[in-house]
Amino acid sequence: MAPHTEQLTRPAVRLRGLTRSFDGRVVLDGIDLDIPAGQFVALLGHSGSGKSTLLRAVAGLDHEVVGGGELIAPERVSVVFQDSRLLPWRRVLDNVLLGLDGEDAAGRGREALAEVGLAGRERAWPSELSGGEQQRAALARSLVREPELLLADEPFGALDALTRIKMHNLLRELWERHRPSVLLVTHDVDEAIVLADRVLVLEEGRIGVDLAIERDARARGEYRGRLLAALGVTEDVR
Amino acid sequence: MTTTTLAKADVVIADDERPRKRRRRLAPGKRLPAARLAGPLLVLALWAVASAAEALDPAAIPAPWTVVETGAQLWTDGTLVTDILTSLQRATSGFAIGLTAGVVLALASGLTRTGEALIDGTVNLNRAIPTLGLIPLFILWLGIGETFKVAIIAIVVYIPIYLNTHAALSGIDNRFVELAEVQGLSRLRFIREIVIPGALPGFFVGLRLGVTGSWLGLVVLEQINATSGLGYMMFQATNYGQSDVILVGLVVYGVFGLVSDSTVRLIERRVLSWRRTLSS
Ligand SMILES: Nc1ncnc2c1ncn2[C@@H]1O[C@H](COP(=O)(O)OP(=O)(O)OP(=O)(O)O)[C@@H](O)[C@H]1O
Ligand SMILES: [Mg+2]
Repeated sequence: MAPHTEQLTRPAVRLRGLTRSFDGRVVLDGIDLDIPAGQFVALLGHSGSGKSTLLRAVAGLDHEVVGGGELIAPERVSVVFQDSRLLPWRRVLDNVLLGLDGEDAAGRGREALAEVGLAGRERAWPSELSGGEQQRAALARSLVREPELLLADEPFGALDALTRIKMHNLLRELWERHRPSVLLVTHDVDEAIVLADRVLVLEEGRIGVDLAIERDARARGEYRGRLLAALGVTEDVR
Repeated sequence: MTTTTLAKADVVIADDERPRKRRRRLAPGKRLPAARLAGPLLVLALWAVASAAEALDPAAIPAPWTVVETGAQLWTDGTLVTDILTSLQRATSGFAIGLTAGVVLALASGLTRTGEALIDGTVNLNRAIPTLGLIPLFILWLGIGETFKVAIIAIVVYIPIYLNTHAALSGIDNRFVELAEVQGLSRLRFIREIVIPGALPGFFVGLRLGVTGSWLGLVVLEQINATSGLGYMMFQATNYGQSDVILVGLVVYGVFGLVSDSTVRLIERRVLSWRRTLSS
């Protein structure tokens, strides 16, 4: 992998004036955004604010959506969905290897499964895994391709609080090891602060708040207050 | 009802020692061993008992052992074997052609828009005409030999296979289409690794209907146009009032149906072993 500093000179994702609309209703109204290589970005916003629309645009999945603007994204992009989206007719390892070629593909798949703590479950059917395990398998599937950009749309939304915390640690750990750029959509302010280096809030089709997060526990409460205020939530004074 | 009348397994003692009933299970319980045979065996037993008690008219419904004797006799003098082979030949050729046509057409129309435009409407038109109603026309076109029989069976078979496979192919979950795009699958690999495995359950539904259809077509064809085969044997027997021979024919038809259906089920269970449904 190239040195970190060299990567920082060129943004992994570059959006200029990105617009998307459904039936004449503008959802993204000229988004300008640069994500440097290796940065972990969380995207917050109200339900229906267009977070998924933005993510799908970056992923190139919005074939029939009206819109324009400049969009540059890396070659190798992986997506983690809210559901694990494992193919029920393929065993876990074969799911991880979906679309992967090369001689030692199987070996890399095993490694990726081991990394997410699923060593030994290669031959299981997806339906035999718990919800958290399924999501970990999905994470392995997206990491095994060594993405330059990892897109995740509420990947932990369906998990219980405890599993979620474990998944947060796992994701952060994997990110530190592989250093892809990450764009994580979430509606959970705390999740965004714990995981990301930078938190964006999408409001009325634009990036309303762009907040750099210092990895310093003392500032957390302040971030939380600011982000919640941006989302229109006022906290009771405790 | 008091708790003492509950079966032991139904009571779970919680920490506070209050007996708690398990939730009523909605899926049927474990399958009984050889469950599929229980019903037919019961019917057979009733038939034997009724015959032994002379409650049945032997000219209309002969006793099971008479049927067995007649069957053995027909087998040893070779006529039954020839008739069975003739019938089997018809059914399997028709089935093989129908299966191939159904699958090929379903793939062509499920995977390409041009194919769909050309094929789907045509097949549905074909489906609207009861196939057995085509018999007179097919006799005119193909003569009264084997060809027309095979053709009719093939049509009866291909329609359900086509319909179910096509529905399954076009009903593929859009989430999986997205996944394939994200994982960068080529069109060919997308079809091979996602579309086809995803459509297999639907294909098997069609296959089982097709198997049933092939026997149905066979029986009807051999009844109305009996020149050889099992139907011919039974038709002749009607003229001589040999109800035991007719029953032998029916038993053979039944065995055909049962064996072929079980085979398809077995293959289905193997191929779709990833499925955990009510029937697992
Ligand atoms: N395929 C579509 N057709 C029509 N409208 C759509 C479509 N997809 C999204 N929209 C609309 O675009 C808006 C933004 O949707 P989007 O899914 O991006 O929201 P979101 O921020 O991800 O919300 P949530 O947090 O609930 O997932 C919504 O008002 C939605 O109704
Ligand atoms: Mg969304």
